[in-house]
Amino acid sequence: MLEHRVDTTEQRATDPALDNQRIFRAILLTMSRPGTVTTLGNLPGHPGGLHPASAAVCMALVDMDSPLWISPDASEDVATHLKFYCGCPVIRKQEECSFGLVLNGLDLPDLERFNPGEAEYPDRSATLIIQVASIEVGHGVRLGGPGINGQTLLNITGLQADFWESMQQNRQRFPLGYDVILTTETEIVSLPRSVQVEI
Amino acid sequence: MTYQEDLMPGKSDATDNDAGYNYGYLNEQTKRMIRRAILKAVAIPGYQVPFAGREMPMPYGWGTGGIQLSACLLGPNDVFKVIDQGADDTTNAVSIRKFFARVTGVETTEKTGEATVIQTRHRIPEAPLQEDQIMVYQVPIPEPLRWVEPRESETRKMHALEEYGVMHVQLYEDIARHGRIATNFMYPVKVDGRYIMCPSPIPKFDNPKLDMSPALHLFGAGREKRIYAVPPYTDVKSLDFEDHPFQVESWDACCGLCGARDSYLDEVILNDEGERMFVCSDTDYCSSRRAQGNFGPMAGREDVAELMGESPQTA
Amino acid sequence: MYVAVKGGEKAIENAHKLMGEERRGDPSVPELGVDQILQQMRLAVDRVMCEGALYDPPLAALAIKQAAGDLVEAIFLLRAYRTTLPRLYASRPVDTTTMHVRRRVSATFKDIPGGQLLGPTFDYTHRLLDFSLAAESQSSIAVATESEPEGPMSRVMDLLGDEGLIEIPTPNDQQHVSDITHDPISFPVKRDARLQSLARGDEGFLLALGYSSQRGFGNNHPFAGEIRMGEVAVSIVPDELGFEVEIGDITVSECEMVTSFKGNKEELPRFTSGYGLSFGYNERKVMAMSIVDRSLQARELGEDVSAPCQDEEFVLYHSDNVEAQGFVQHLKLPHYVDFQADLVMLRSMREEIMKQDTHREKSGEEVA
Repeated sequence: MLEHRVDTTEQRATDPALDNQRIFRAILLTMSRPGTVTTLGNLPGHPGGLHPASAAVCMALVDMDSPLWISPDASEDVATHLKFYCGCPVIRKQEECSFGLVLNGLDLPDLERFNPGEAEYPDRSATLIIQVASIEVGHGVRLGGPGINGQTLLNITGLQADFWESMQQNRQRFPLGYDVILTTETEIVSLPRSVQVEI
Repeated sequence: MTYQEDLMPGKSDATDNDAGYNYGYLNEQTKRMIRRAILKAVAIPGYQVPFAGREMPMPYGWGTGGIQLSACLLGPNDVFKVIDQGADDTTNAVSIRKFFARVTGVETTEKTGEATVIQTRHRIPEAPLQEDQIMVYQVPIPEPLRWVEPRESETRKMHALEEYGVMHVQLYEDIARHGRIATNFMYPVKVDGRYIMCPSPIPKFDNPKLDMSPALHLFGAGREKRIYAVPPYTDVKSLDFEDHPFQVESWDACCGLCGARDSYLDEVILNDEGERMFVCSDTDYCSSRRAQGNFGPMAGREDVAELMGESPQTA
Repeated sequence: MYVAVKGGEKAIENAHKLMGEERRGDPSVPELGVDQILQQMRLAVDRVMCEGALYDPPLAALAIKQAAGDLVEAIFLLRAYRTTLPRLYASRPVDTTTMHVRRRVSATFKDIPGGQLLGPTFDYTHRLLDFSLAAESQSSIAVATESEPEGPMSRVMDLLGDEGLIEIPTPNDQQHVSDITHDPISFPVKRDARLQSLARGDEGFLLALGYSSQRGFGNNHPFAGEIRMGEVAVSIVPDELGFEVEIGDITVSECEMVTSFKGNKEELPRFTSGYGLSFGYNERKVMAMSIVDRSLQARELGEDVSAPCQDEEFVLYHSDNVEAQGFVQHLKLPHYVDFQADLVMLRSMREEIMKQDTHREKSGEEVA
């Protein structure tokens, strides 16, 4: 049985190719097993409230082909930093981004406005990276669906309470929808659109 | 101007041979594109995500989809297994395994239980898969509706609208003509009650292994430029009818080498007189059974020694 | 026996060695140099660059040598190399009116501004084997110099366009340009992506499709408005500089076909056109390409899509020879697992039917 907490920090490497690989595998693990938490490690030196884990996810996935939207509460430093390291365009239109970065889970934008894809191409949809305070497994909301053997419990702090209702609505329009990666300073957990949430 | 140091060629020093090629052959930008596609595939089980498949140094049709997936997955902590027709030592499996040993330095294995990533063509191993394993399938034609509708623009609509009636009509025509469903491999499945999916050309014998599997299954079609996935613990149902339920093939014979009766068997013609025997298609399963002291009726024969991996031929 | 493919590692090594021997041929014959291929097999180099989608003549020549002259294999080698290269910039569109023209013909006008220029061509050679070429050490051939035109040379199509007789697309720098090596094509396909696919499409396939349209499968009456070949400058605009910098010259072939006209009560009649462009000197290719490009405009022009050459899914999904040769040839890989699945079922079906037949025969006897 796989642990519900997986630490990948020991595997840190200096080669960007290997770092990208390690972070991607951690994200893949959480996306294919909603409710499983992975520790990415504490990469230092990120400005203005950008969690190291969020920065790591961006480095591994975001580039010039995937426009990034950043919540308006973020300082200009965050945008400059990510533009520089990811080479991605940072855009203002929430509807057009491939990735949406929300710095404060207690101050969510209207999630409905993120691109849910099209009926024929539901993959052309946004992935949200939402920063939260803490992630705990074993209690909290009940998750089910693909990737989960039976059910799993997840408790998030630093996240707006109505987020879970949004996830339920997101599931209603499957296969359309956005996919979410929640990040603390060092950990991530993912909630693909296929996840079923019982509050 | 941006920094993006991983954009530069030959930046990676993770492998000491083949300087000039990046770790895992593909450049980081291509890998990110494929990785984004993989994540969407996982989030929408059974849906085929288009991706800008790249030319690989192997021909299209020879596993380039699977190879691109593996190139984006593999890292220093992986143990990699490659099988073709269930066997680790078929030429194309050897060739792919060598390629990754060369461009990533990844540890390779023939043992199903030891592998973290298993790339396969046409089979799912017999040994039950585990939670920390990823299966990578090489897919020639990812579209399960292709045989009823050759046009991509049409099949895409059919998936969008969940218009799957034609698929059942086709299977039913089989029943009318042959008294049974005559599809024996690439047998279509429905994933999590939504998308009809091609499980790649595995024999239908392997279909049940996909249902609620603890492992993650990723499918890559390089030439057709599609990636799709079955996450762990996902409902995968082979299409059938109430009066013609899904059935897998069975053999009267057992494996001639290890005596297994529960594995998928290949037929081997031994001589011009037409003498034949059946052997496990999964070579690791077969040799593990023999190592545990299980032997089949043909195990002692000299003319099958080669099949038992005892005298690999050299030309 | 077939399972002998097992234990393949040594077998693979041996196959590589044998292929090396085959490639080298009789060692008493001097080895072919890459520079010789580059200089004396230039049209093969050009085709490999074009369909390999990489402008690098020495590497294309190397690929031809490595592939022992199998051009489709050489194209594949070049593509597989190309895919590992980082993309640093997108070049500015090349302007073929500034081409240093080495060949230029128009079939639609007797004379055109800038003139017709025959240049190097097989066109009027009598296809008689030249046995003098079989003799080695040919002395250099003196060339009667044709005066090469200087300065920009307008395209015949632009001249027709000025008169409104043909629609010339207006350049639009703001519009996103597709990149088929970057984004998978999806249908319906825009013309930029279509042209890119055709540019690296298999010459033989496009030739056959173009030919089929001339024979009436999607007829569109092509006239060779203009064919030109020569060198054009390639330039980029680096972010950090903000102005255009020339990075080199490449040889290209260009063909514009003038085709059947359209028009109605609301719209003045005018010609339609098809376009072909390739790396190097690939005249047959760009001519075929321009006919197929025109055929594929059927949907936009409101024509019936009835012939294979008008069907974009059919044409674009099957024009790439790297894809096609791989999939056709993958049939030589083992498929015994799938074959076994069919074999098991076929045997059991036959058994069942035979049982029924004998049963029927028996019961028939009893009745009699």
